[in-house]
Amino acid sequence: MTENLWQPSASIEVLKLRAALLQQVRDFFAARAVLEVETPLASRAAITEPNLDSAEVRLPGIATPFYLHTSPEFFMKRLLAAGSGDIWQACKVFRGAEHGRLHNPEFTMIEWYRLGFDHHALMDEVAALLRTLLPELEEGDERLSYAEAFRRYAGLDPFEAETAELAALVQGFGLDPAGLDRDALLDAIASHKVYPQLGHGRVAFVHAFPASQAALARLDDDDPRCARRFEAFVAGMELANGFHELLDAQEQRRRFMLENERRRERGLPVMPVDEHLLAALEAGMPDCAGVALGFDRVVMLAAGRDALHEVISFDFDRI
Amino acid sequence: MASYNTSEFRAGLKIILDGDPYTIVENEFVKPGKGQAFNRTRVRNLKTGRVIEKTFKSGDSVEAADVVDTDMQYLYTDGEMWHFMVPDTFEQYAADAAAVGDNAKWLKEQDMCVVTLWNGVPLDIAPPNHVTLKVVETDPGLRGDTSSGGSKPAKLETGAVVKVPLFVNEGEVIKVDTRTGEYISRVKE
Repeated sequence: MTENLWQPSASIEVLKLRAALLQQVRDFFAARAVLEVETPLASRAAITEPNLDSAEVRLPGIATPFYLHTSPEFFMKRLLAAGSGDIWQACKVFRGAEHGRLHNPEFTMIEWYRLGFDHHALMDEVAALLRTLLPELEEGDERLSYAEAFRRYAGLDPFEAETAELAALVQGFGLDPAGLDRDALLDAIASHKVYPQLGHGRVAFVHAFPASQAALARLDDDDPRCARRFEAFVAGMELANGFHELLDAQEQRRRFMLENERRRERGLPVMPVDEHLLAALEAGMPDCAGVALGFDRVVMLAAGRDALHEVISFDFDRI
Repeated sequence: MASYNTSEFRAGLKIILDGDPYTIVENEFVKPGKGQAFNRTRVRNLKTGRVIEKTFKSGDSVEAADVVDTDMQYLYTDGEMWHFMVPDTFEQYAADAAAVGDNAKWLKEQDMCVVTLWNGVPLDIAPPNHVTLKVVETDPGLRGDTSSGGSKPAKLETGAVVKVPLFVNEGEVIKVDTRTGEYISRVKE
């Protein structure tokens, strides 16, 4: 009955497919003259986002802690400000306490930045890469604003609905709304009602997220309630998150402070703000859009598996 | 009071919700990349058997239910309660009709059962998977017919009625699967 836990959680056959898919990603970016880069996994600074837990690590003999990144975003933006031009990388990222069928605390991310692209131009490219890796996907893609997606699948307007209406809806999932702020209520509704409906047959994008849920994106010029953030979905699963990047250093600092304030309110550790990133923005980062793609989930879809551990060589239970 | 964090959730874990004991049937961690994490579960009420959907904010804690399964010997019923004993300690427990439910019809004195205790009170009982019981009432068998073929109802000593092959006679002892209520074989005494 006991499994041989020394053995990999993915079959060798799946690992071969995984290698082939990563090669396709390399070819995709090489053909577009996007430079492959490597950046550090550990940093003295960390993301302030309250819903992302950075793992703290200690190096012997050094008093201050380091944090494993949850995405290579800040280092990549420093490269962009230093004149790198278009860049991409495949790397491991770490997110605390995210463990389940579709989550592993350590996972592989494909992240890239394109100069002069806005969020819609980058959505085109995300869809092209996904169709390359998952050829069964139909041509084209579907784009819904966050408000349209909620109206269609949850029957309410996420910007206009009373908070009491959101609370009543989540009670229908057996969730106690007490202690959940408006964004958390929207996340619950998105996870239960909206996202599972998206991306069946072809890639779906949700864009124009509430500004409160996009600390690194620029606001929409036409509707300042919304930010230029998007997410990609296939088979009801979130695969990628992207932004038309915020360039304003002062505004970025203000948002980091606001997030740390929310962390303090929730009793979470306050994170050291990345001063190097803010200095890079101050020096001037070119207009660009960037996106992070969860590679393991793409492999899972390509391999026809239904749990992440089946496509990761050694999952969290075997390390 | 003992409690479980959502990160400890797994199928089979016993928890208290709204004052009732539940067992987790399914647990799925859901989290939008930049959003709030939740544990989406299906849970079974151990008193009513009803399964409901329940979602928890990840990181929250839930009261643990003091629910334990104990092997006990069935002693007797006084018509209102069913009495069980832990063989090693001779401790006795009385289960009411709600706890025994339909399983009353499989209970034969001396048989070993699994009694689920919640805070020391029987909540549910499970009879052995296989019980051997005497047939007390059935139509006369067809002499010589020992092949399978037709079946007929037979009433057993505990009151259960099961379908048996035509060759089974009153006074004989049979083996029955209590999970399906199906006849397995005759037993020679």
